[in-house]
Amino acid sequence: MVTKVQFGIFSVGDVTTDPTTGRTPTEHERIKAMVTIALKAEEVGLDVFATGEHHNPPFVPSSPTTMLGYIAARTERLQLSTATTLITTNDPVKIAEDFAMLQHLADGRVDLMLGRGNTGPVYPWFGQDIRQGIPLAIENYALLHRLWREDVVDWEGRFRTPLQGFTSTPRPLDGVAPFVWHGSIRSPEIAEQAAYYGDGFFANNIFWPKEHFIRLISLYRQRYAHYGHGTPEQAVVGLGGQVFIRKNSQDAIREFRPYFDVAPVYGHGPSLEEFMAETPLTVGSPQQVIDRTLEFREYFGDYQRQLFLMDHAGLPLKTVLEQLDLLGEEVVPVLRAEFAKNRPAEVPGAPTHASLLAAKNEAEPVGA
Amino acid sequence: MKLAVVTAGLTQPSSTRLLADRLAEAVTHRTATATGTGTRTGTENGTGTETESGTEVRVIELRDLAVDIANNFVTGFPNGRLREAIAAVTEADGLIAVTPIFSGSYSGLFKSFFDVLDNTALTGKPVLIAATGGTARHSLALEHALRPLFAYLRAVVVPTAVYAASEDWGCGQDAFTDGLGERIGRAADELAGLLTHRAPGARRDEGDEEQVVPFEQQLAALRPVE
Repeated sequence: MVTKVQFGIFSVGDVTTDPTTGRTPTEHERIKAMVTIALKAEEVGLDVFATGEHHNPPFVPSSPTTMLGYIAARTERLQLSTATTLITTNDPVKIAEDFAMLQHLADGRVDLMLGRGNTGPVYPWFGQDIRQGIPLAIENYALLHRLWREDVVDWEGRFRTPLQGFTSTPRPLDGVAPFVWHGSIRSPEIAEQAAYYGDGFFANNIFWPKEHFIRLISLYRQRYAHYGHGTPEQAVVGLGGQVFIRKNSQDAIREFRPYFDVAPVYGHGPSLEEFMAETPLTVGSPQQVIDRTLEFREYFGDYQRQLFLMDHAGLPLKTVLEQLDLLGEEVVPVLRAEFAKNRPAEVPGAPTHASLLAAKNEAEPVGA
Repeated sequence: MKLAVVTAGLTQPSSTRLLADRLAEAVTHRTATATGTGTRTGTENGTGTETESGTEVRVIELRDLAVDIANNFVTGFPNGRLREAIAAVTEADGLIAVTPIFSGSYSGLFKSFFDVLDNTALTGKPVLIAATGGTARHSLALEHALRPLFAYLRAVVVPTAVYAASEDWGCGQDAFTDGLGERIGRAADELAGLLTHRAPGARRDEGDEEQVVPFEQQLAALRPVE
């Protein structure tokens, strides 16, 4: 089963005033814009669209499977994912059900990325204790993992009411659980969790210098091999990234600077130039974005999925769609060709439903 | 042996830096005497020159890092220059921390630097606290503000905290108190004593690899109590 490196976009889903016009989109406009952006991603040849999950303003995507189900109905190839699904505050039983349903509707074009969330009050709003963040992530996923693999589950844990004779429906498509990525910005425990299960590990790679993520990813690769899932080089790694592209780099810098300067996450701090030097943010020409992204491979090894953050900080929809044209037409085709060069045959691409089904049939032949 | 010196003086030259240098000199003199070795003095850039081996002193001027520290608050991570300063403090065997007293307490810049350190960076580390101010009336800020800050960070703070008012630079001891020189000597004796006799473990190396608890142990810790 041939798999390939996947390129795509991930959206935070923020409603932010455009600092150059003072205009703030409505929630309705922003939700529709996210859908338009996802459809555009497929149109320009990208592989993945992932949405965040948030439960507080100014963010709109509180219900990712609803949005992804709608996008699934309007796309043919696009892999639908999340960045991230909150494994701490969502009931793992509901995650199992929602994503299995989405998996059927999308004919298998679904995976998800689990994260703990970084908004303190979400924990108490959903009846949880933030100090239990890591234990919640570990226990809830242990249950989710079983719900997709065992037809009848008896279960008792620390955080959720026990289950006796519970069957999560629908059962995963073809008996293959959606592939899971574990996202983490700083916790080695989560890299260890991903390695233990042989799941993917996604480093957000946006707000921190690369050295930080090199440590986490090398830990994950080493522990992936320790648990017998393959060699360290075969571990399934995803990376974030953040770019703003124009044909010529001065235009990119000039146009993006006002958005950068007041961006909700890092605005009013270091200069754009300093932030580009310290983090993987790249603002420039297609060639500059290509060169910078190719460096990721040198730092982190051959990896499976690259997602870019393109639609935040108040950038208008029209600009984002232009960005996607440039990404899909001028950047990603070159990256695909370059990533394929010298890539060891034994290093797989990103898992898909088809590749997981093939692996399952190989392990337990039909009719055997 | 590595000694980090954090100084939050704002003027150039600064009496806070002057006090920091005198304390560092007094401490390295004593550790060299105790261990029979010499002293190595580093600059803010970490380009220290080896003199006779022994104690390596790294001085961190927070004024030079003021914008980097503010940016760390905004972005959530330290840039390269600040990262290096944080590593120097974290990896040091001992720390001398000196601040001017502003509005009855340490300066905001001084506190901000310790806010961006990892909360375990100073655990078990011997620390000498010192401060400067225009009059001796602010001297107890060392006891009421700095000492609790470093106690919270679980550092081992030496009993003598050194306060230098402007007048201290121009007078000796009187019938009631020791002069600045004597107080510096007493504090340096205490810090040098801890540095040369303390149990291992105060120094924390920033390794290149993450440490992790094996997953089975993490799972086992969550199993319901029978």
